[in-house]
Amino acid sequence: MTKKVILAASVLALFSSPVMLTKATADPADATLTIDGKEMTVKTAAPEGHPFDTLYSGWLYREPETRALEEDSFENPGMFGVEQGAELWSVVEGTAGKSCESCHAEPEVDMKGVGASFPKWDADAKRPINIELQIDKCREENMGAEPYKFDAAEQKALTAFIKHQSLGMPVKLDLSQGELQTWWDRGKELYYTRTGQLNLSCSNCHEDHNGQMIRADHLSQGQVNGFPTYRLKQSKLISLHNRFRGCVRDTRAEIPKAFSDDLMALETYVTWRGTGLSVETPAVRQ
Amino acid sequence: MASKPRVKLPKSASAGEIITIKTLISHEMESGQRKDKNGEVIPRQIINKFTVTFNDKTVFEADIEPAISSNPYFEFAVKVPESGTFKFTWVDDDGSVYETEEAIEVA
Repeated sequence: MTKKVILAASVLALFSSPVMLTKATADPADATLTIDGKEMTVKTAAPEGHPFDTLYSGWLYREPETRALEEDSFENPGMFGVEQGAELWSVVEGTAGKSCESCHAEPEVDMKGVGASFPKWDADAKRPINIELQIDKCREENMGAEPYKFDAAEQKALTAFIKHQSLGMPVKLDLSQGELQTWWDRGKELYYTRTGQLNLSCSNCHEDHNGQMIRADHLSQGQVNGFPTYRLKQSKLISLHNRFRGCVRDTRAEIPKAFSDDLMALETYVTWRGTGLSVETPAVRQ
Repeated sequence: MASKPRVKLPKSASAGEIITIKTLISHEMESGQRKDKNGEVIPRQIINKFTVTFNDKTVFEADIEPAISSNPYFEFAVKVPESGTFKFTWVDDDGSVYETEEAIEVA
């Protein structure tokens, strides 16, 4: 019976407009997300000055099977990364003979809220700092260790572990720190600037066409509250700057370096666009 | 294999109860079909066997083939007649054996 109705509906849609067909099938799901008994905010009113009325987590744009993986932290393969991060926490490295634990003895307490409030202003470097760079800063200044190579498994695991301590907390940036507002402005400009041979900006997909299909994929609002994210396609944790670079590559533009000024500005702005959504790290996406 | 395998089952059950066991192990499951940047075939390396015993009696067994995706996940139901220990064994192509065990109390 249901099958017949769906068939009839799609035949109708075919005859009217193809846009209607795609729109109807790719809207965010009407569902709630609870992880380990914690209720997540996957849908919330946008902050002032935001182009959207309602913010939707990327979780709502995924298939039921993918959504189920994130609901159960046992089944979530991203938790392997979090566990690895927990182990790395107490590993001593560098000339000072210290580990993360030497300064932050109780990560469950000390790191709570950290994942919800970065990027912050780094007064020493005079630029925004994200969790990956903060880890490197600690390693260089306090531990006497080498910074991680971009996307080293350890870097992703520690970032995921730190962000996971804020699971369920709403994303909230303090843009009044230092010159963070200027970087937010720069990020916003980048967000709306078309680049590459395909001449696409972030907004063309994630603002103008979220909820529609891009070939076989649902376009989401491009929220970053679940990074590092476990992507089934790559079957590993994917960092935010890896995803940024992937998106830019897909527009056939020159790919900016990870943690470059442009991408730090973009991270600041895009994180703000998810204000109020829960930290979901490690999220599961396709 | 990066981290230790994960296993989830109830700590206690009543005699004859059917319980659900979930297992997950971190593994690349390299199929042997892929090529690296230089065009060379990446040799196959998968977990080829998964066995579960309860008080040394096999209760679940699977031969795993290259089409199984990375980080293989198994969920199955099993009847528990008495208190005892489940032993979980994964066998890697390279001969490595990953093991873990979990006890259950039957009232």
